[in-house]
Amino acid sequence: MGIVRAEGLKHEYTKYREDESEVKVHALNGVDLDVKEGEFIAILGHNGSGKSTLAKHINALLIPTEGTIWIDEIDTKGEEDLWKVRQRAGMVFQNPDNQIIGTVVDEDVAFGPENLGVPTEKIVKRVEEALTKVGMLKHRDKSPNRLSGGQKQRVAIAGVVAMRPRCIVLDEPTAMLDPTGRKDVLRTVHELNKKEGVTVILITHYMEEVVDADKVFVMDKGRIVMEGTPREVFSRVEEVKGYRMDVPQVTELAWELRKAGLDLPAGILKPEELVDALAALKQ
Amino acid sequence: MQLELKDVSFTYNPGMIYEVKALDHVNLAIEKGQFIGVIGHTGSGKSTLIQHFNALMKPTEGQILYEGEDIWGDKYDQKTLRTQVGLVFQYPEHQLFETDVITDVMFGPKNQGLSLEEAKVRALRALVQVGLPEQYYNSSPFELSGGQKRRVAIAGVLAMDPQVLILDEPTAGLDPAGRDEILDQISFLHKERGITIILVSHSMEDVARYADRLIVVNDGKIPFDGTPKEVFSHYKELEAMGLAAPQVTYCMHGLQERGFDVDVTADTVEEARDSILKAFGRSVPAPEKEDNRPAGRREKSGRKGRR
Repeated sequence: MGIVRAEGLKHEYTKYREDESEVKVHALNGVDLDVKEGEFIAILGHNGSGKSTLAKHINALLIPTEGTIWIDEIDTKGEEDLWKVRQRAGMVFQNPDNQIIGTVVDEDVAFGPENLGVPTEKIVKRVEEALTKVGMLKHRDKSPNRLSGGQKQRVAIAGVVAMRPRCIVLDEPTAMLDPTGRKDVLRTVHELNKKEGVTVILITHYMEEVVDADKVFVMDKGRIVMEGTPREVFSRVEEVKGYRMDVPQVTELAWELRKAGLDLPAGILKPEELVDALAALKQ
Repeated sequence: MQLELKDVSFTYNPGMIYEVKALDHVNLAIEKGQFIGVIGHTGSGKSTLIQHFNALMKPTEGQILYEGEDIWGDKYDQKTLRTQVGLVFQYPEHQLFETDVITDVMFGPKNQGLSLEEAKVRALRALVQVGLPEQYYNSSPFELSGGQKRRVAIAGVLAMDPQVLILDEPTAGLDPAGRDEILDQISFLHKERGITIILVSHSMEDVARYADRLIVVNDGKIPFDGTPKEVFSHYKELEAMGLAAPQVTYCMHGLQERGFDVDVTADTVEEARDSILKAFGRSVPAPEKEDNRPAGRREKSGRKGRR
């Protein structure tokens, strides 16, 4: 059984209009999901497709109104297991400034394990380990507001890592970052996945960021509508665009060239792949 | 010249240990009707720069001229300047506050001293310009989707009838279709009304597509200023500054290294496609007829593959 598993997951909320009538909205409308431990999963979907609502179910910030979600076989509905769920599945949000609370980097990273009741001497070790893993140890004595956006996001990730989670959910962690910050955060997350075996669930609007994921899910209207490897999903260019999504720019270029009659494979994901494919064609 | 920066410097915390020179002797001349992309890593000084354009920040040294007049001159009317040079901040939807959309958009023109009727005319026009469907005009702004809220916020600035529109990452956090819609709308405003656009963006693909001039900010200086093609030809230096070139530009350089006769300055999908087809001796597809209507009025299914 997977580390994150959902069956018939629904989330319904009531919207009150100005004339006091009520409307039921299904933010999630029957999601089935099975994420294996150690996988790197990417979730795509337009604004309002339900992907953030799904993310919030993974660490029990929201509880399903129908169906069930299990994190490491724990049903999130059981209130007594709330902290067990949150220790297993950590979450990183879009805006680094909204999730950093410490006045010194060290202190900020220590907040999570402190809340779990880890003894002080062990916290120090955990903080060091976590900061090393995200490559921020040399900034441990700095004030977070003197860091760049990408560095702050890595501190936020270290804060989650220090809780030793089995799974990290990142909800558009790079939306506010410049290209280098984006690259650094992505590299950090991939390293945690490969070296530490942490399961990663990455939500993003940047198509280039998901090409190295094991699996991509596309969401629409509270459901998972496409699922597969990045190559499988991005070779269906028109279908992806129909869901208000996009494909990486190079995938689009390869697709245009195919339409114009060049015999290229479908689902090219990286510039070097396209260069190789074109070079092979020329021979 | 519409907007001119003469030897402008800005220092945060001057004389203290935290002294930071955010702008370092910057010279810039912006002509009316340009579409300018501003790129630079976080902390490069680009936000400081754009806040100088409408006198939100006062330069430590140097002069800023709007239509030839010093905006920090003795009797200069900065209030009018701020309606002429409209600034849309990052995540502008956080600044919506009125009970309905139309009242929110009327706030700016009312502050300019226009009558309620005039303000309403301006607001309605701005809402049409950003392509928000009429059914939402009386809704609470907080009931709208992220992309819709952002349109309302941009309309709030447009309603003041600016000559220059500065947008600080207007598409951050929007999905790809929402991003295309907002940028198409801005491009439409630029073409239709001749407004000068200054677009701050972290997306090299977007600035390559829309801007006719790129300004690179790094360490408070402007190392590159030119057409996107000129600027992206320095892609290795850009990388050292925490920036990059569009993905297709890398493909073109890769192909050239492998002996292909391709145009390495191609920075959009269409240009790259045409150049590669030519190198393969294939015919180039006829360009699609340019659609000048704002994106909101096109059929949804008609969204073209682009960037």
